Amino acid sequence: MSVQNLNTFDPFADEGDPLGSTQDVGSQANYIHIRIQQRNGRKTLTTLQGLPKEYDLKKLLKAFKKEFACNGTLVEDEEAGQVIQLQGDQRLKISTFLVQEGIPKSTIKVHGF
Amino acid sequence: MSEEPLFDPSLKKRKKKTVAFSEDPLGADADPTTPAPVEIENVTANGDAVDMGPTTMHEQMKQNGITGEGLDDGEKKEDDDFKAMFGDLKKKKKKKDIPLDLEAEGSGTASPVGVAASEDLDFSDLKKKKKKSSKKAALDLEAFEKELNESKTKDADEDEGGEETQLPELDEAELGDDPFARGGEGVSLDSGNEPWLKSDRDYTYEELLHRFYGQLHASNPALLTSAGKRYTIAPPQIMREGNKKTIFANVSDICKRMHRQPEHVIQYMFAEMGTTGSVDGSGRLVIKGRFQQKQIEHVLRRYIVEYVTCKTCKSPDTLLSKENRIFFMSCESCGSRRSVNTIKTGFQAQVGRRSKNKTG
Repeated sequence: MSVQNLNTFDPFADEGDPLGSTQDVGSQANYIHIRIQQRNGRKTLTTLQGLPKEYDLKKLLKAFKKEFACNGTLVEDEEAGQVIQLQGDQRLKISTFLVQEGIPKSTIKVHGF
Repeated sequence: MSEEPLFDPSLKKRKKKTVAFSEDPLGADADPTTPAPVEIENVTANGDAVDMGPTTMHEQMKQNGITGEGLDDGEKKEDDDFKAMFGDLKKKKKKKDIPLDLEAEGSGTASPVGVAASEDLDFSDLKKKKKKSSKKAALDLEAFEKELNESKTKDADEDEGGEETQLPELDEAELGDDPFARGGEGVSLDSGNEPWLKSDRDYTYEELLHRFYGQLHASNPALLTSAGKRYTIAPPQIMREGNKKTIFANVSDICKRMHRQPEHVIQYMFAEMGTTGSVDGSGRLVIKGRFQQKQIEHVLRRYIVEYVTCKTCKSPDTLLSKENRIFFMSCESCGSRRSVNTIKTGFQAQVGRRSKNKTG
């Protein structure tokens, strides 16, 4: 017994694992992550990951280096894409810099201890 | 390096007498050797507010003390003052005739005297006028004169018409946009006294909310005072192993207290601190790198905010379960259920010699 009208679309149809194919399950892709990493001694590295595409990372890096008086580099990563890497603990400086440039604070996540 | 046994990026800054970490839960001067209890509060030791999610109305009211009362407390006090000051005057006025009244008014220097003396004997009306007069304490002379005249006429009216209240035109206009003038009480706890009952306007959401919580707290006074149940966990015990490793001794204890799998907590800590480590034979966590107790504590605090406390009711009584590769946090006390972020280790920069790194 089948009523045509009623079984045109089954919302519970098995479509496989809906989350299987997508990579961003519980995605943090929209966030800008600022992390810190320890090096030897008292040295640290700060990494900035997940900036939106519209920003020119090269120019941003230049501005960072000048503003924070530190060295830094642009690293290519398979997962994270381009990552800005700066010497020293620049997390708070980066976040205030980005906020001043008009990036909403809620999208910036500062990690670390 | 030898005189700096502990790794702390803030140490360098402290020499320059700047604030180390603004989100530092213990403050820059806290002694890392003395264990401080990890308590989940809205405010850390140095007064910085920790984002615990939006505060509910209930919490706001808790902070403000008694609901609604705070709003018109000042005015009530003023009213009482005025009552005390003019109580006898008012009674006197009832018996005395007009000329004497006018004399009193004329001699009165402060404007409230004039208002009070001219007051007809309806108490609610008195309250209204007093509020108004107290609000504009610096009444200019012209207005005072006007009021005086009006009160004169009103007194005359009163004598003829008995208790008939006649508000002057001016007063009506002024009272119109005064939210407290209408109901006399503003927001109050007792029902039947709501400001919107006496006027045509609709009640606002804010007022209804205040009314609800007012009644809630009136019937359950324990709600306001039961804030003392705080969530405390033991402070992390941090030791150094050699020069480059840190031991977090009571990690399993803390995980048990938080009702979380140690693996989850450890994974979060490693991802957050950008390091690696392992659990040794006696259940202690060995972390690569130098970390201080307050640094670990800070990470733990963030873990608790993100993965332990319920986002809806702030209760730490939650369960974390994994379904379909996603972690869900269900609250035991309010029943809410939400997914939480997966722990992701971000980009790890190349640190140390490349030859050590097998993949690189």
